[in-house]
Amino acid sequence: MSAARRLLILGGIGLALLGMIYGGWYAVFAEHQELDGIGRSLTASFAAAAERNAAVRQSALERYRAQKYDYDRHVDVHGHWIGLAMLLIALGMALDRMNFGERWKMLLAAALVLGSFLFPLGVLLETLNHGSVPRALAIAGSALVIVSLAGMTLGCARAPASN
Amino acid sequence: MNPMSSSQNTTAAQAVAPAQLETFAPSSARRLLALGGIGLILVGMLLGDIFAVFVLHQNAARAGEGLSAAAHAAIAGDANAVVLSFQSVGSFLENRGTKVDTHVHMIGFGYLALMLAILEPWVALRDSTRKKVAWVFLFGAWLLPVGVFLIHYVGLTYSPFEAIGWASIFADFGGVLVILATVACLFGIARHFRQAERPQFEDVLLNDRGRPGRILLAGGLALVLLGFLHGAYYAAFDLYRHEALDYSLLSELSTAAGAQNATAVDDALGWSGQLAGEKAVNIAAHAHAIDFGLLAILLAFFQPYVSLRDSWKRNWAWVLLCGSLVLPVFVLLELKLGLLAGGIADVGGLLVILALLAMWIGIVRYTGEIDAVAPSAQRRSG
Repeated sequence: MSAARRLLILGGIGLALLGMIYGGWYAVFAEHQELDGIGRSLTASFAAAAERNAAVRQSALERYRAQKYDYDRHVDVHGHWIGLAMLLIALGMALDRMNFGERWKMLLAAALVLGSFLFPLGVLLETLNHGSVPRALAIAGSALVIVSLAGMTLGCARAPASN
Repeated sequence: MNPMSSSQNTTAAQAVAPAQLETFAPSSARRLLALGGIGLILVGMLLGDIFAVFVLHQNAARAGEGLSAAAHAAIAGDANAVVLSFQSVGSFLENRGTKVDTHVHMIGFGYLALMLAILEPWVALRDSTRKKVAWVFLFGAWLLPVGVFLIHYVGLTYSPFEAIGWASIFADFGGVLVILATVACLFGIARHFRQAERPQFEDVLLNDRGRPGRILLAGGLALVLLGFLHGAYYAAFDLYRHEALDYSLLSELSTAAGAQNATAVDDALGWSGQLAGEKAVNIAAHAHAIDFGLLAILLAFFQPYVSLRDSWKRNWAWVLLCGSLVLPVFVLLELKLGLLAGGIADVGGLLVILALLAMWIGIVRYTGEIDAVAPSAQRRSG
């Protein structure tokens, strides 16, 4: 097994484990609480509107916004880590079919593994810090994923067919 | 230094040997996982198509009605009716969520089964153990989505617990079986790589360079790339705008309800429905392009065992890729073209299902011609 293939397959298994452990933690300790919170805040806001209480209505809506922001990102992180892990494993098995030298394969594989880890991590960090650093991390990670996927697509299209 | 004793090595080597001789025999673990995996994806996609045609749009309208009822109750100053409206939306969203989960889990487990099928030759377990593991995986992979589907209907009937019903219990048990089977496979793979003299072999699935496989692999990668590009575009230009708009529309809605302004409430409700539609089609297009791409990549490996004429294998590969492109593109166009685009997207999904069914039949028809030739070529000295 070549080093690039090993990196993709082991990286994929590692990322899948990370995504599952994170998903397990999230499902048990955070998801229901967040969903309940979103529902409660929205209900409280409209109930306050019915009682003509503008201050409570506004503060409940602010809570809704913050909880929805976190919930969307938590779910995205879980889905993207596991989805990217499956892609890494599948591409690891397909790597020999790409018409590139070992050096290029290693470079593409490393970029894909790094991007697949960093992109959801950046999204996760957005829930802790609303500054530009987590967003930059997510953008850099997704750029690495896109560039390496484009390279691999090119490598597959260039590969000669034979039976 | 290898921690395994020589006797352990011998046992493990014996355990893996049959994998090379009967890679795709009728009841082999690899074939079970491949056929079971494609079967799961097929049923999951059929459910998804039925869900899209008969349930999705009606459900979106009902969610909008719930929000509208809450806002109009707020106009009337009836806080209790507001709470009841949101409770009914919550219950309805739970029902919808279980349908989506059934669709997603069947397809997800199907992908996992195909991956495990590809990795089978590296799983250093006895042939009979690998078959049992494959059956356990498939049993769990069917049990979980069926259980999830039934959660809404079974509820807490005869349940010994306060919050979890029998359907949930069986669904969770299915999930545990899938995890156990996957862990057993990973254990087998780790065992293979720990062997000092691990057997070397040529795997037909990984070494195939035929045109159908190449079409599927390059097309699948291009689809995944397109899905990522679209996701990046959405994140860069629409995601934060949508989040801000969601908040400002709800704020407008509740403010107008508090001010008893029914016209402004209806106006905000209309915009809110449009925003929900815009978000849903973007997420669906992104997810489906990537999922179909991954499916095409996985199916590329199984083309040697699709027992159809080569020209038909190529045709079905193109049909699968066309359907995989049509569905997300026309899902995106639903906002501009309405139900016409939705109908074309459903046809795209149907094309994927047909191509997948054709490949599944091709694999069922396979009678072992490659395995009959391959063993001598497959085995090399370790």
